[in-house]
Amino acid sequence: MVTDEIVLDVQGLTVDISTPRGTLHVVRDISLQVKRGETLCIVGESGCGKSITSLSMMGLLPKTARRTSRVFEFLGEDLARASKQRINDLRGNRMAMIFQEPMTALNPAYTIGDQLTEHYRHHRKASAQEARLRAVELLEKVGIASAAERLGQYPHQLSGGLRQRVMIAMALMCGPELLIADEPSTALDVTIQAQILRLLADLQDELGIAMVLITHDLGVVARIADRVAVMYAGQIVEEGAAADIFASPQHPYTRGLISCIPIPGKTMPGGKLGTIPGVVPSLIGEMRGCSFKDRCSLAQERCSDTIPMYKNIQGQQWRCVINQSNQSGAGQ
Amino acid sequence: MKKNTALYVGCSLLIFIVFCAIFAPWLSPYDPYVQDLTNRTVPPVWYEKGSWAHPLGTDQLGRDYLSRLIYGARISLLIGLSVAVISGFIGTTMGMLAGYFGGRIDMFVSFMVTTRLSMPVILVALATVALVGGSLWVVIMVLGLLKWDRFAVVMRSATQQVRAMEYVSAAQSAGASTLRIMLTEVLPNVLPHLIVIATLEAASAILLEAALSFLGLGVQPPLPSWGLMISEAKSYMFFSFWLIAIPGSALALLIFSINLAGDGLHQLLTPGERA
Amino acid sequence: MLAYITKRLGLAVLVALTVSILAFMLLYLSGDPALAIAGEGARQVDIDMVRKTYGFDQPIIVQFGNWLFKIIQGDLGQSIYFKTEVGKLIFTKLETTLLLALYSLAFALIISVPLGVLAAIYKNSWIDRLCLAVAVVGQAMPNFFFALILIMLFSITWRILPVSGSDTWEHFVMPSIALGYYAAPAFMRLIRAGMIEVLSADYIRTARAKGLPTRSVIFKHALRNAIVPVVALAAVQLGFLLGGSIVIETIFALDGLGYLAYQSIIQKDFPVTQVIVLLLSVIYILLTLASDIANAWLDPRIRVA
Repeated sequence: MVTDEIVLDVQGLTVDISTPRGTLHVVRDISLQVKRGETLCIVGESGCGKSITSLSMMGLLPKTARRTSRVFEFLGEDLARASKQRINDLRGNRMAMIFQEPMTALNPAYTIGDQLTEHYRHHRKASAQEARLRAVELLEKVGIASAAERLGQYPHQLSGGLRQRVMIAMALMCGPELLIADEPSTALDVTIQAQILRLLADLQDELGIAMVLITHDLGVVARIADRVAVMYAGQIVEEGAAADIFASPQHPYTRGLISCIPIPGKTMPGGKLGTIPGVVPSLIGEMRGCSFKDRCSLAQERCSDTIPMYKNIQGQQWRCVINQSNQSGAGQ
Repeated sequence: MKKNTALYVGCSLLIFIVFCAIFAPWLSPYDPYVQDLTNRTVPPVWYEKGSWAHPLGTDQLGRDYLSRLIYGARISLLIGLSVAVISGFIGTTMGMLAGYFGGRIDMFVSFMVTTRLSMPVILVALATVALVGGSLWVVIMVLGLLKWDRFAVVMRSATQQVRAMEYVSAAQSAGASTLRIMLTEVLPNVLPHLIVIATLEAASAILLEAALSFLGLGVQPPLPSWGLMISEAKSYMFFSFWLIAIPGSALALLIFSINLAGDGLHQLLTPGERA
Repeated sequence: MLAYITKRLGLAVLVALTVSILAFMLLYLSGDPALAIAGEGARQVDIDMVRKTYGFDQPIIVQFGNWLFKIIQGDLGQSIYFKTEVGKLIFTKLETTLLLALYSLAFALIISVPLGVLAAIYKNSWIDRLCLAVAVVGQAMPNFFFALILIMLFSITWRILPVSGSDTWEHFVMPSIALGYYAAPAFMRLIRAGMIEVLSADYIRTARAKGLPTRSVIFKHALRNAIVPVVALAAVQLGFLLGGSIVIETIFALDGLGYLAYQSIIQKDFPVTQVIVLLLSVIYILLTLASDIANAWLDPRIRVA
């Protein structure tokens, strides 16, 4: 159930990382909003900057990174100017994150119970008893049987799927209003993937949290997203409601991505799968114009200048010089 | 190229000390063994009573300290080099055999290393020297026969790594004899590790000899071993601390330069590993 | 876990046995032990009597067997120089040396852990370089020289610490510093390397994402995982400290095992020397065994298999 309250509001987010070879413009002027109860999927290929985006929202960027933004608000509070202490108070408390690799995301030296309860006790000043009860409650909610016993177990005693459920429970301990999930199902078996995604969707319905889900898999997007933001080379090239993006993708890159997916019934066995020729451009140094132009079959002269962001009636936006909604055969 | 300051500074210092040692007869103003009982414990030149006749003063038997210092470098360097060579030979052979053949030989060598590590080196060295008699060569032999453990351990793992490389199996299938493979394929590739360990063990040997001589069970007087000089000066410590400070600082400087050079070599020969 | 312990115990016993053989053989380094005990210029009659008294006329295996057998039963032999039982002699001195070794280890850890953690957190900054510089300088100093400097400063110039004896804890301050400082750089490097590796681990990122305070992230989550190899090294270093105490004890006139060993060597008191070598080796073996077990225990993956 999507409400109208904006939980996360990001405008003009830019992240630069200084490397020996120059400044890496990892994230370039992206803007997005997530409402309560809504799932926004950020989709893109490896290296497009989606993970860095999620890390910057949580303030977990590496020391060499510099983040700037015009607007960066969480429930109306300006995070760009908040103190380190304030950010720490919010993290794990009102905004939470789960990561891609459940196998390494948990500390092997402490029990599940300890890791589930430590931040709850810190943020809520709760007693050990209260924290345990809450932990058991959440473990059951994420579908883990014999929850009370699990508390005394160590991470190495659990399977990957179980660990990811524990991670989800851990993220929800303090009742956050925003959950950022960075490729939560990628490292898991295909069957477990579906379970985890289903779990996340159910939890969101029940708890009404805003969710940002990072993925490279359009299948995941189709399953779970309310809104989609397509990222390429550090920019958001298209953004809109999931149904609209899939039904009528506007940006050549989005079209290319969708055409890569084999569709049962339509794609003939032995037929050609779509590909996008070329490679992602380097993110170092000056970048002008459209970053996709070298791979786009519709590239023109205009593509080398600043590209405007178009918006149509349904609220779909895309960053391209072509603003006709009914251009067919594009992006091949 | 990132500046390898450790290597430059360490090697420069080391070369300077080696130079002094080699050219000792020309550099020292006096014979280090000649006593001058009328000029005992003269302080170095920067003290009130000192003079340029003896820039670093004289010891309790009137011997010029600068000369003894320079000749002492010979002893320390000789010890370091010899022990490194002897123990290096023993340890490398054991390590390479263990790493190359594995199995029983590996178990045996590992057992030997564990046993050797369990024994208190200083004690055993002291006892041995006491029984056999103290001299420069006895010290070198004893330390050389005791300090091979680190060589064995490091050469073993280095050999294991190299052995898994393709050029070894290529040589094996070409029918080369094991000895030939060890010498021509394995040895050149484990050489960087060998050199780094050799520098560390040389430094350690120098410190051990100094300790042994300090306790009176190492090099015998009147040889100008720095450790021995410190020991001889112990009773004069209160009034003439420089008798201890000078050889002590020389020891520290030598070890410092060897360690620094070793660190620099390590950085040079194993790129990408920053401590 | 039990299987692991049993295996390690078996190995330890084997090593101890080998060391005992080597310790025993120490006697024969000079050639004829009877001659060495009787002294130079002794008459043949005296030498023969010594030989018979100490059983040197029997085959070596038998001698070794007797010696080992007696030791296992607790009879550590008789000291030639001190004219008392070796066991009693060692027992009175052991406490001093153990105290010295423990204090030295404590000192080494007290300075190396904070420095190592700092160097790791501020990796490649001037703090890091300073810590490494301190480590390199520390390792270049011969311990007896450092001990003399300490005496010069604290006892003679400033007169705040006593030079010799072992009555109060103050007597142990300088010896502990002089013995322990040399072990500190190794610990510091180990902790630094361990912390650097651990701080980049995923579970640290998780801990930060949970909004835990920094000190909790560093000490509870990071250090706990980085400290494991330090425990192993600590046990090994303790063994070295026990063996290396001989120089320090002699300088500070601490009446411990080290000093006893030194005296026994000078006086050619073989029974004592052999037993001390054996004892220190066995202690070292036990320490490494304990550290291996502690290592395994600290890693829940091995403890709760």
